[in-house]
Order: sequence, then C-alpha cells, then structure tokens
Amino acid sequence: MFDKDKIEEIRKKKEAWKQDFLESCSNYEVTNPSGRNLEPLYVPSDIDAFDYERDLGYPGEYPFTRGVYTTMHRGRLWTMRQFSGYGTARDSNRRYHFLLDRGQTGLSVAFDMPTIMGYDSDHPRSHGEVGMCGVAIDSLHDMEILFDKIPLDKVSTSMTINAPAAMLLAFYICVGEEQGVASEKLRGTIQNDILKEYIAQKSWIYPPEPSMRIITDILAFCADHVPKWNTISISGYHIREAGSTAAQELAFTLADGFAYVEAAIEAGLDVDAFAPRLSFFFNSHLDFFEEIAKYRAARRIWARAMKEKYGAKKKESLLVRFHTQTAGCTLTAQQPENNVVRTAYEAMAAAIGGTQSLHTNSLDETLALPSEKAVQIALRTQQILAHETGVTNTIDPLAGSYYVEHLTNKLEEEAEAYFEKIEDLGGVVKAIDMGFFQKEISDAAYHYQREIEKKTKIVVGVNDYVIPDEEITIDILKIDPTVEEEQSKALKKLRAERDNAAADAALQKLAEAAAGTENLMPRILECSRAYCTLGEMIGSLKEVFGMYKEPIVY
Amino acid sequence: MDRKIRVLVAKPGLDGHDRGAKVVASAFRDAGMEVVYTGLHQTPEMIVEAAIQEDVDVVGLSILSGAHMALFPKILNLLKQEGAEDKLVIGGGIIPEDDMAELKKQGITEIFGPGTTTETIVEFVKKAMASRR
Repeated sequence: MFDKDKIEEIRKKKEAWKQDFLESCSNYEVTNPSGRNLEPLYVPSDIDAFDYERDLGYPGEYPFTRGVYTTMHRGRLWTMRQFSGYGTARDSNRRYHFLLDRGQTGLSVAFDMPTIMGYDSDHPRSHGEVGMCGVAIDSLHDMEILFDKIPLDKVSTSMTINAPAAMLLAFYICVGEEQGVASEKLRGTIQNDILKEYIAQKSWIYPPEPSMRIITDILAFCADHVPKWNTISISGYHIREAGSTAAQELAFTLADGFAYVEAAIEAGLDVDAFAPRLSFFFNSHLDFFEEIAKYRAARRIWARAMKEKYGAKKKESLLVRFHTQTAGCTLTAQQPENNVVRTAYEAMAAAIGGTQSLHTNSLDETLALPSEKAVQIALRTQQILAHETGVTNTIDPLAGSYYVEHLTNKLEEEAEAYFEKIEDLGGVVKAIDMGFFQKEISDAAYHYQREIEKKTKIVVGVNDYVIPDEEITIDILKIDPTVEEEQSKALKKLRAERDNAAADAALQKLAEAAAGTENLMPRILECSRAYCTLGEMIGSLKEVFGMYKEPIVY
Repeated sequence: MDRKIRVLVAKPGLDGHDRGAKVVASAFRDAGMEVVYTGLHQTPEMIVEAAIQEDVDVVGLSILSGAHMALFPKILNLLKQEGAEDKLVIGGGIIPEDDMAELKKQGITEIFGPGTTTETIVEFVKKAMASRR
C-alpha cells in the first residue's frame, strides 16, 4: 500500500518529532488499562506492511475485519439484550415483560447460583443463594412460568448457563413444544462455554473431559434439531472481569473456541455443520480504541484460522458473531451515578466494534441487582446510542486510523504468541490443569489493583475526586427472602404430583447413556418432560462423571 | 521474633468470583503474612475446619453471591462451637450497608466493600493483631 521510500522518510520524521516531544514532555510512553505501552502519535510507518485488501477487505467479506455482515447496523441494529433475572420465575417473567414493553429486542436470562451449579433450591448447598443473583429454575415447571405469555417464535433468548446448559436448553425446547413452536424455529443462545469456567468464571461441575463430551453432544443434536440456536457463546467477558488484559481476553477466548472446534472435529462432526452456530461474547472495557481493535482482530484471526487451519468452506463458519457486555469491573460503588457515563463510553466502543447484541450495565450493579429505574437508564443508553449519535451510519469508521490499525495488528500478534504458548503447554485443557490461564489472569488483576493503589491509574470517585463521607442514596433492589421457601414448597409439590416411576426411569436411562457413548440430549429431554429436577439430572451425571477440583494458584 | 500472622482467605457459597479474594491473598502474602487460600465453593464447615487445621489468626471471607446473611453467621457459630471464636473474622464482597451493620453486630469485625484498597485491609489486620498480642 505504502511507498517504501516514503515510509522510511515518515519513520525518520517521526523520530525527529519524538525528540521535539521529549524536549517539552517526558511522558512519551504511558500505559493503558491493559498495561499496554502507548505512544502519543501513530503515523503510516507504524503500519508499514498494511495491505487493505488482505488485512481488512469489505464488511461481509473475508477476512471480515470490518464486520461480519454486508450491511451491518444500517441493515439491522444490534439486539438490545439486558441480562436479567432474580427471585422466582414469576418475578423474572414480570421483569422480562417490563423490558420488552420498554423496547428491548431480545431476552437474556440470569440464573441464580444453585441453578448454575446444578443444585435444586432445597439442597443444603443452596441455602441463602436461592433467587439472589438470578432466577431460580428447578424444573420445566419453573421454565413454563419464566416464559409465560412470551411467544418463543417471536423472541430470541440468551441463557447464561454452562455446566447445566443441556438441561436448560431441554427445558426451553419443552416450553416451545407446549407453545406449539417446533425446536427448528427456536432462536437463542446457551453460553455452554465450559473452558472459560475453569479459566475464569469458575462455575464448573464435572472435569473437563466429560464436559467436552456434553458440549459435542449438544453441537451434534442442535445441528439436526435446533438449527437456529447458538450452541456455544465462546466468552471472553468473564476472563476480562477476572482481571485479564484485552490481549489475554482475545487470546484465551479464541483459544477456547479452537479447542471446541478441534473437539467436535475429533468427535466426527463436519466443521461446516456446527461452526456456523458458534457465537462469541466479549467485554467492553474503558479503553475505547483498544476495545474496538480487539473486536476487529477477533474477526480476522478467527476467519483465517477457520478457513486455513480447520478447512471450513461455508462463509458462515468463518464469522465472529458476538454479544458484548460493558465491563462490570469498571463500575464503582462510590458515586454510582457516574457509572452511567462509563457504561455509555463502553457501549459506544461495542457499537463501533460491530457487535451483534449488547448488554449495558446498570449504575447500581456494584451494590445489588439492578432496580427497575437503573435498568431503564441502561437500556435508554443503548437507544440513545443507536438512534441519536449517528454511530450506526458508517461501518467500521475507525478503519485506516494509523493508531487503530496498529493496535489491531498488535493484538493479533499478542494473541498468536499466546496460541503458541498454549500449544507448547499441550493445549487448553492441559494449560487449565497447570493453572496457566488462572495465574496469568490473577497476576494481571493484582497488577491492575497495585496501579490503582499507587495512583498511577485514576478511578474517579475511588482514588481521586473522592467525596469524603459520601452517602449513597440510590434505591437498591431487595430480593424477597421467602423465595427459597417458595421454591422448596413448589419442589415438594412437584415431587408428590409427578409420575415418579417415569421420572426415575428417565434418570436411570440418562445415567446409562452417560456411562456409554450415545448422545445425551434426547435422554435429557425425556427427563425434562418427566419433570425431573435439574438437581436430579446433574446428580445422576455427577455419579458417572465425577466432580472437578481446581488447582489453587494466585 | 513474633510468629508471622496467619490468614485464611476463604470463598464461602457457590459464586466463582475469586478476583478479589486472590488480590487480597496476594496483598497479605506481599505484606509478609502466611496465607492459605481455600479455593472456591466452600461450605461453612469446610472453612471452619481449614481455619482450625491451619491454625490461622485471621479468617477473611469473600462472597459476591448475596448469600452472606445465611453463610457468615453460620461460620461464626461453627467457630464458636469449636472454641475458635478468638480468630479475627473479616469479610468482603457485594454486601449492602444494612447487612454490614447486622453482620458486625454478630461478630464479623470488619467488612470491606468495593473500592477498598488492599493497603487498608492489610493495615487493619496488622493493627488488630498487634492489639491482641
């Protein structure tokens, strides 16, 4: 693209300019929130090998750096999808109707910790946790209430569920059946990304090997029966929240993605049969330009690897379609109203980065689950962004910026270096066993915290611009403490009224399937229809698969 | 020389948010304390057993799932039952102010919310331990 002599001339001129800069300011290199060294100025020589057609291309065309679709947000806005759920299925159903009435365009279910960990609400380990940080779902019965008067052929639903993803998907399919919506028509996502659980979010149940088998069973089942479903949402969000840098988020997420692709190919699936339904989930942190570069790099790296390394032929197999959530870890408990501003910047980065759907955090989320008022402001933040700022008018508007192209290349290089390192360690699962990712992330988190404490990084309201003896006056959502009792009562009733012989037989068949090699999904569906509880299904799989034990590293 | 302050950093409950616990554990370690980190998903029984077995002076509890009102008092009770109520118990996480006041009444010496520096926590522990010796 660039004339070689001209580039050399520019490189020299930049050096001369740098001397001028240093004469009046020693601050030539600063670090951003990811610990990346940044210069004050980028020029053509910082992207001297830039080749437009090779590196960027056009939206909807290989290597998809500029976006996965031809028309991007001109053709269709991103889906506004607020992650929510609390208390009972009835409470959450009410919140979903509220959000849909306010113009939200997709649903995203937050489950409580017992559901995420596969315990029924009346299990001793669930005590104190039921309905606290998400909705409590014990059986198909709760799922029927959760989607009451929500037509599953009209909305798409994302479910943040991993180890028990197969069961929640089965419940959803059953609700669809009851509404007369065939599984072929269901649209939505299960997170189902177990590798990042071991790495960052830490909601695991079984060891990696049986977990990967469940995932490949889901991929195979959905390819045949739920073709519009996003079967894995390969997630960097939690990796970043646990403290990683942008480069680590990018690298570890894509490494996990490649591991799923390899596992599925190994299980005998055709790459083009499942890869089009893989989707991604990224964080949007505070460094606007680095985040945008991260999304661009993700698209390019994935497309190249899928095509060149894994031999994908279908265009849909090459696409990083992704959901974004603004960074919860950047929110502050102090002066919580300021969080609206942080979230708005982060949301704009996601929009410019070409996201397919977006969750904007509520201002009160460092204190509690969001109140109705707070979640409305968060949703309005997206609507203002989409309809007032003009950010949807032009696709990938920062392309060609020396800075953003330089960052995109850098992030790609750093990710490639991590891929090599992971390969050297014997792959993702081995690296997890060794605590490699966990250590990288906790080191980065500690470094970040030290920077804040040394005040080399300013967090407004926390280590600077503090209001002494600040009183926080916003309203906080309180979870009704009777939820646990209510759920336990409902479970008792369910176990008394269902056909227990049928439930036991279904569970028995599930355990047998787990010990063998047949696909688990049809068995899980049978259990769901027989109103087996989530805890019962997970329990029978635990007996076959065992439980995971984490390596302790920090 | 005095023996080093021994701290158990523990994660009660089912949530997997260990960023804070690990950062605080690293800060204790860098401040010269001996640190035992329990790992995730611990029951009150497991935590109390570890606290006694490891003979720690301080038990630091981190929780972000909202189950603190069920789990923290249970840990305090179990410590009492085992005759180990002399251990300094502190906590951190997403804990609303009203709950903080109640938990302190029940015997958690201090609770640190979001935005607290590790230095504040380390100094608090050092001071509390010095006053006990």
